[in-house]
Amino acid sequence: MAIVHIPTQLRTLTGGVERLEVSGTTLRQVIAALDAAHPGLGARLCQNEGLSPALAVSIDGSFTNRGLLAKVGPSSEIHFLPAIGGG
Amino acid sequence: MAIDTRETPADAGRTAADKSAPAYKVIGTRPIRHDGADKVTGRAIYGNDVQLAGMLHGKIVRSPHAHARIKRIDTSAAEKLPGVHAVITAADLPDLRDKVADLGEGRVNLAHLGANVLAHQKVLYKGHAVAAVAAVNPHVAEEAAALIKVEYEPLPAVIWVLDAMKPEAPLLHDEVYTEDMTGHRTSEKPSNASKYLLFEEGNIDKGFASADVVIEREFKTASVHQGYIEPHVSTALWNVDGQLTVWTTTQGAFTARQQTAELLQVPVSRVKVIPCEIGGGFGGKIPVYLEPVAALLSRKSGRPVKMVMTRAEVFEGTGPTPGSFVRVKLGAKKDGRIVAAQAWLAYDAGAFPGGMIGPGCMCVFSCYDIPNYRVEGYDVLVNKPKTAAYRAPGATQAAFAAEQVVDELAEKLVIDPIELRLKNAATEGTKRVGWPAYPRIGFVETLQTAKSHPHYKAPLSGKNRGRGIAAGFWFNIGLKSCASASINPDGTVTLMEGSTDIGGTRTSVAMQLAETLGIAAEDVKPQVGDTDSVGYTDVTGGSRVTFATGLAAYQCGLDIRRQMAERAAVLWECDAQDVTFEDGAFRQNGRSITFKELAGRLNETGGPVLGRAAVDPEGPTNGFGVSIVDVEVDPDTGKTTILRYTVFQDAGKAIHPSYVEGQLQGGTVQGIGWALNEEYFFDDQGRMRNASYLDYRMPTALDLPMIDAVIVEVPNPAHPYGVRGVGETPIVAPPAAVANAIYHATGVRMYELPMSPPKVWAALQAKRECPVV
Repeated sequence: MAIVHIPTQLRTLTGGVERLEVSGTTLRQVIAALDAAHPGLGARLCQNEGLSPALAVSIDGSFTNRGLLAKVGPSSEIHFLPAIGGG
Repeated sequence: MAIDTRETPADAGRTAADKSAPAYKVIGTRPIRHDGADKVTGRAIYGNDVQLAGMLHGKIVRSPHAHARIKRIDTSAAEKLPGVHAVITAADLPDLRDKVADLGEGRVNLAHLGANVLAHQKVLYKGHAVAAVAAVNPHVAEEAAALIKVEYEPLPAVIWVLDAMKPEAPLLHDEVYTEDMTGHRTSEKPSNASKYLLFEEGNIDKGFASADVVIEREFKTASVHQGYIEPHVSTALWNVDGQLTVWTTTQGAFTARQQTAELLQVPVSRVKVIPCEIGGGFGGKIPVYLEPVAALLSRKSGRPVKMVMTRAEVFEGTGPTPGSFVRVKLGAKKDGRIVAAQAWLAYDAGAFPGGMIGPGCMCVFSCYDIPNYRVEGYDVLVNKPKTAAYRAPGATQAAFAAEQVVDELAEKLVIDPIELRLKNAATEGTKRVGWPAYPRIGFVETLQTAKSHPHYKAPLSGKNRGRGIAAGFWFNIGLKSCASASINPDGTVTLMEGSTDIGGTRTSVAMQLAETLGIAAEDVKPQVGDTDSVGYTDVTGGSRVTFATGLAAYQCGLDIRRQMAERAAVLWECDAQDVTFEDGAFRQNGRSITFKELAGRLNETGGPVLGRAAVDPEGPTNGFGVSIVDVEVDPDTGKTTILRYTVFQDAGKAIHPSYVEGQLQGGTVQGIGWALNEEYFFDDQGRMRNASYLDYRMPTALDLPMIDAVIVEVPNPAHPYGVRGVGETPIVAPPAAVANAIYHATGVRMYELPMSPPKVWAALQAKRECPVV
């Protein structure tokens, strides 16, 4: 099961739970599983059938640019972060 | 034995001290840069060197007000002036309402991007572009611009970030509400606070309750500009066939193409961007300003149009870095272990949403392993130019605050400041604010190198002198890069890549290809291609080029080696699987042929060889730096003199040490500029009053000693040669390091940037009048 670290600002939807274990082989499946367990999470994380443009996602410590198509391993750790750039 | 074309894994965890370094032949050497002769003889083609037949010259009309409603624009007089060929306003831009575009390094609201390029109904800062003209020469263009009559209804302006957050503050946008990190609206009314972020782990109350020492301080920083020497300049030709060509100074030809295409609502395939040589960017040449305007003027006039900003336009019309307010509270045990950390940050975004608060929040405590933290951040709209990235955007302001409080903790606990940092240093496995655990990083090694350096041990005597240290972090990103390379009959290789060369990256990328092919750096001829000549490549920014485009060059080299082994097999009438590559030569069964020799025999073995690679590596690569600075403060004037400065940074692996040292020195000098002098100075009407290099004081060579740069090498496990990227981290620590040095010289803590002579003098005076007992 992948471990999803719930951002502080979304923990109102998980009753304060900070980490959730869900199944899925892609980020899309993981978010669907999150939403099934805690309705509303999917709508906050996604927009227009993609990841919210305000967000970046890290899987196992690395940014992924593949959005909802990103591969998720059976024991992956997933973090949602504010999108950042650089100078 | 098969040829080894596997991607060489980095030697994870390697340090110079604990393992012998790989036997590189090119990497780590200091060849002369390939573009050096052109640059020093003035032959390199910069944006302002572009001259086209029939070319017109454009000029922008800019707002004199910091905040005003545009009631009417009358362009009739300008249009009638002889020599004027086109006049445009925002009405000439397509309707871009609320479309979000992915620009590779981030997504932007095109309505905001368009309104920044040419103001629609309101001007939101002094210098905001309102209209533009194209004429036969710059003088006629200026005269025509002066004839454009804009009727404004001035509105109250707000400049300081905390003022803009007050309920009674003038509202910049009626349609902007506060959003959380996901983009979810959290305010009921429109607000200047366009983003609110919150990160929390552990139990902050228990953490502070368990601390033996707690220190809380507030800090302010001013807006500063990237200060690139070359102003923005773009030339556009919208041909009769609908093809738009843009010659421009940019950090990314592909992002300039996409922004221009999106703003003009034309397919990207209709836009070709030719990146000229670039006279500095530091993040400020990622957004487009002139490109779409020149394009519209060209379409309207049927002629090529060049636009060049003056220095004042650069200051007033392009993105500075955010001004900020930061409150930091740290709690530590007597042994120096930090057990709780809290930060509240408000960064101005300028006139449109999308500032640097995210990285500010995520960097404020990124150097340390802290079990309990709470970090809140606001991105706030003010009547200043839209902020742009500037070297580690958002991190310097945060470090100015956090690293001073760490210094105070060290003093209060009577612990050496580097030792205190070592006690709390982030290492592999540390989870930073909002992020997963670090992979192998080199912060501890960097601190240890600083601690054992002669500078740290050297006595510092004399009145009003002090030594400060501070640490800094920046993520460093990956993103997309492409490279292709063709083999010439003389054994040289022509490399085509898409990264605009700002800091010598042609050479650092070429060196990685040369190492992979076993040839000399001088035998690679690197070229920076336009958007029709090379595969998609993201911006030169985020400290990514030597890492990501270097990775593309490496993989391109593997592709070439694979093909060349097949050619050797043709020569030797053997199986390509039996050909190996070692020390720059292909070998099989006792026979060998060098890369150069084989290059001369391509025609007889199958024709040209072309290598290629497209990569999308996942960052971050995690850069840590430490600064040691000695200063002397003149108590009569408040002037701070830098006596000695040493900067340390983990580069992963320094491909070309001179360019790494140059990045460390350049970033440090810019950080010293933030520290001591640089600021946008606004009057009570929100107008910048120092928009020239005469009045906006940047450090020069006369102000500074030689900056000593010390490279630490803890290879990045995610790159075959261990590269981390180095460009941004070195600006992060200097303001805090200088502030700490000023404190140790004078006993006065400086909580506001810049620490310019009047401010230091006032602080010294206050101490004289009200000495702390």
